Amino acid sequence: MRHRSTWWKTLIAVVLTLIMLFPIYWMINISLTKRRSIRSGDLYPRDFTLTNFSSAFHTEMTYLGTSLLIAVGVVLLTLVIALPSSYAIAFLELKGRRTINFLLIVAQMIPAVVMALGFYQIYNRIGLLDSIPGLIIADSTVAVPFAVMLLSSFMTGMPHSIIEAAEIDGASRWRVFTTIVVPLSRNSIVTTSLFSFLWAWSDFMFASTLDSGGGRMRPITMGLYDFIGAQNQEWGPLMATAVLASVPTAILLIVAQKYVAAGVTAGAIKD
Amino acid sequence: MSFNIHPLQDSDGSIRNSKKRGIHSTTLAAWGFAMPLIVYLAVFYVTPLIQNIFMSLHRFTRRTFVTGDAPWSGIQVYQEVLGNPKFWTILVQTLLFVVLSIIFQYSLGLALAVFFNQNFRLSAVLRGAFLVPWLLPPMISGTIWQWMMDADTGVINKVIGFFGGSPIWWLQADHSLWSVIIANIWLGIPFNMVILYSGLQNINQDLYEAASLDGCNYWQRFWKITFPLLKPVTMITLLLGFVYTLKTVDIIWIMTKGTGTSRTLATWAYEMAFGKGTSATIRYSEASVVGTILIAIALIFAFAYLRAQGSERSKQ
Repeated sequence: MRHRSTWWKTLIAVVLTLIMLFPIYWMINISLTKRRSIRSGDLYPRDFTLTNFSSAFHTEMTYLGTSLLIAVGVVLLTLVIALPSSYAIAFLELKGRRTINFLLIVAQMIPAVVMALGFYQIYNRIGLLDSIPGLIIADSTVAVPFAVMLLSSFMTGMPHSIIEAAEIDGASRWRVFTTIVVPLSRNSIVTTSLFSFLWAWSDFMFASTLDSGGGRMRPITMGLYDFIGAQNQEWGPLMATAVLASVPTAILLIVAQKYVAAGVTAGAIKD
Repeated sequence: MSFNIHPLQDSDGSIRNSKKRGIHSTTLAAWGFAMPLIVYLAVFYVTPLIQNIFMSLHRFTRRTFVTGDAPWSGIQVYQEVLGNPKFWTILVQTLLFVVLSIIFQYSLGLALAVFFNQNFRLSAVLRGAFLVPWLLPPMISGTIWQWMMDADTGVINKVIGFFGGSPIWWLQADHSLWSVIIANIWLGIPFNMVILYSGLQNINQDLYEAASLDGCNYWQRFWKITFPLLKPVTMITLLLGFVYTLKTVDIIWIMTKGTGTSRTLATWAYEMAFGKGTSATIRYSEASVVGTILIAIALIFAFAYLRAQGSERSKQ
């Protein structure tokens, strides 16, 4: 049955993919079109230009840098919190892990707007508003529950004999954790990091509420939002900025697609 | 097939561990390793939530927010919010947004998953390409849809015009709900497709062969085998879809600023809490009342989710 007379299925699949990805194409199309022709809506960038990109690069560079800093910070914070606790859940018979499991599920279901409202009051009091550390902490609340669930379920499936052998040889728990469990969890650590990065990079809610006065030290989503809020929208540079802000997504899909698919299903289904 | 939907389920073997060092030291170590998470959950989850509930029970205004002497109001603000006809309109809009979004996300996602589950040339590559809308920052998707739905120059109205239709004011008043639903369906198809696809992978292919030997056609095989066996995955997908869609703010906000019929409980709370959009005055207490209602719905769904997991496990 392999690929025999299935060319029409491929054809249908290509058409479906083109329809699905049309909005993305449209974004790129507009980002490459001169201002005077944007409203004519040509199907390809007939009035071609790269000035949208050069102006977007110019104005958005610091926003992109800030986003990068925040996203990397979120990844590190998430791993520091999630790795040891996943080890405790998977290997050390943590009492109350059912409660923690329930809390993590609830945590994933709490609307970000509720968290933002609470964080706003607290940050206002302790002076973390409009700061990068404040935003890193807030963004990490999206990633940590997911990370603990993914990592602990992966660790639970690890062969326990290796760890037992190391313990018989007298290795301390910390040593087992750092030299065996963490290295063996490499794949799920990659998946966790990818998603933590992507969510932090995409965040709109926390950036627009907790960092609205951050000036140029705001993430790229706010750089985009400034365009949208402006009186006459500059669609060319806006779409060029959107393309730049999509670069991490593109890289992830090309470089790490299998980790992405693993992440989508890990929370819900596992063999 | 074996669905282990419970992420933290024990495998065998974790019990043996404790015998070597004694229960006491294991317990201590477990708490030690889990401490960062416990502290984290207490400080960064419980505190904002308590803050939210606290504010819903006090009368916070711009002034009392600054002075910090907001008077206790008990359930009074709750009564005001629930007594406001606007609340019920927004609730209906929210339910329309959520239910229509997940019905279409799920059925289109399932159709695509079944389609891509057949092995054909390029199927893996094209399936990967389908993930893009889901991984793209929702803000960017919102921006693109806003532009495509522009009444004068948007490509969608151009296509409608090409076929002789009259332009639609997508992002205005009564149409805005449908606009954000369409964009949100597009956004959610990949997630549904990927989860259902991996569910399909777990179905034993022998069942299909046996069924076709018995003379079942494609349609019958889908309804008699695929759909029933996907039920646990379907439950989880719909539950997660419901909660995630309920929380949505960004895509709606970017496209319509939550105006017209596209205002949902989440965007309403957002505009009241931070004085955005049409809500020029900040209304902390009302916002946190809506927030608390959203928390309650989330709790109910967390229980439902655990039940779905539990009933699935007991069947194994």
